Amino acid sequence: MTGWPLLLDTLPQVQRDRLFTLADERDFRAGSTLFDEGDVADRFWLIRSGEVALDVYVPGRRAQVVETLGPRQQLGWSWIFPPYRWHLGARALGPVRTWEFPAAEVRELCMADTELGYELMLRCAALIADRLQATRLRLLDLYTPHGSVPS
Amino acid sequence: MTTVPLPYRVTAVSAETADCVSLEVTPVGRALPEFSPGRFAMMYAFGVGEVPISVSATGDAHRLVHTVRAIGAVTGALCRLRAGDVIGLRGPYGTGWDLDAAAGSDVLVVAGGIGLAPLRPVVRHVLGHPGHYGGLQVLIGARTPEDLLYGAEPEHWRRASAQVEVTVDRPGPGWHGSVGVVTTLLDRVDWRPDRTAALLCGPEVMIRHTARALLARGLPARRIQVSLERNMRCGTGHCGHCQLGPLLLCRDGPVVGYDRAQPLLAVREL
Ligand SMILES: Cc1cc2nc3c(=O)[nH]c(=O)nc-3n(C[C@H](O)[C@H](O)[C@H](O)COP(=O)(O)OP(=O)(O)OC[C@H]3O[C@@H](n4cnc5c(N)ncnc54)[C@H](O)[C@@H]3O)c2cc1C
Ligand code: FES
Repeated sequence: MTGWPLLLDTLPQVQRDRLFTLADERDFRAGSTLFDEGDVADRFWLIRSGEVALDVYVPGRRAQVVETLGPRQQLGWSWIFPPYRWHLGARALGPVRTWEFPAAEVRELCMADTELGYELMLRCAALIADRLQATRLRLLDLYTPHGSVPS
Repeated sequence: MTTVPLPYRVTAVSAETADCVSLEVTPVGRALPEFSPGRFAMMYAFGVGEVPISVSATGDAHRLVHTVRAIGAVTGALCRLRAGDVIGLRGPYGTGWDLDAAAGSDVLVVAGGIGLAPLRPVVRHVLGHPGHYGGLQVLIGARTPEDLLYGAEPEHWRRASAQVEVTVDRPGPGWHGSVGVVTTLLDRVDWRPDRTAALLCGPEVMIRHTARALLARGLPARRIQVSLERNMRCGTGHCGHCQLGPLLLCRDGPVVGYDRAQPLLAVREL
């Protein structure tokens, strides 16, 4: 493993540099909200350290955490597709250090440099596929006796 | 190896979770040969039946520890045992984890649910043999925080140099740790595909997905060992109940190299 976030792990250096010209370092305090469900998804983050909980708001209950993300992971993909709204909420579980990327600029860069755009979108697609697969596995409720679908 | 159950007395019972207990048993008379990590015993709850259960602590032939999850008649009876009760035990059966193959490498342990039981002796062994192995990473997945086994022991492993990450599917209000399937932890620890041996145990779906994720990150199948469960009757390779293609898992398993297991696990009905 390299120390790079997974999105950038195997990206050629030139393309990585080009993308990084758009990035800002941005830190969050423990407990702070990075975004709420339904907000405009106008940025995304690569987590450098700390943990972020993704949650769903359930009326009458506490927000339900559905996944946590940690170092090297990408936070957010809703910025890729219209209507650019977050599907989940995100809170910092402790102090979180990130690189923050502005969505519109990254999309523009992808259009202008289609080779980089293709590489980046491939990685984002893999990330979405991974999250989908993880969600499916959890739906199976694997740990019940028999490790299978509830009958 | 005996095929007749030997009487063992329950000397300690500790509740691990709502439906799991660890049973410490000692021989009433003759003892079974020593169990190595990954091997299992056929445990006989008198009058109820017999089931395969792995050892969850090794290294002392006169004291065995098994962690049992109550899912049916026999495991239910085993979980209701009290100190002083006597059960029948035969074994050791099956292949253990090939720890020689892991010597000199980093050891990546991935456990789902009760799958941590047969891997606990591995973790203890690796920590007890500094210098024989590289780093140790332990990834543990459980359904809820209440389903996590072995209380504070993973914290001790952490203090003794292992990297331990725990994740649950369904967090409760007091849970501040990771949430998500165990495969998501693979990117949280420092392991290198070129110098790691991975040992996996848990629900078979979890094993398949974890193994695929490891392959995708460049770990060769022959460096992955998996422990597989099938219903077992004899434990000695005679009845055929535990067959997986050409393998009889009581004899050729439960620990199998993923290079052998992968094609078999892809077939829907064998
Ligand atoms: C090599 C090996 C090692 C094992 N180690 C442990 C261990 O350390 N701790 C532990 O708690 N369990 C372990 N098991 C699983 C344990 O043997 C089963 O849970 C047990 O056989 C169930 O018996 P039962 O009479 O309680 O349930 P049953 O009444 O027979 O079954 C209850 C339900 O569980 C299913 N089932 C039965 N046996 C198995 C099995 N082997 N695998 C998956 N599903 C099964 C049945 O089809 C049924 O739906 C191990 C199994 C194997 C093959
Ligand atoms: S349990 Fe009888 S052959 Fe394996």
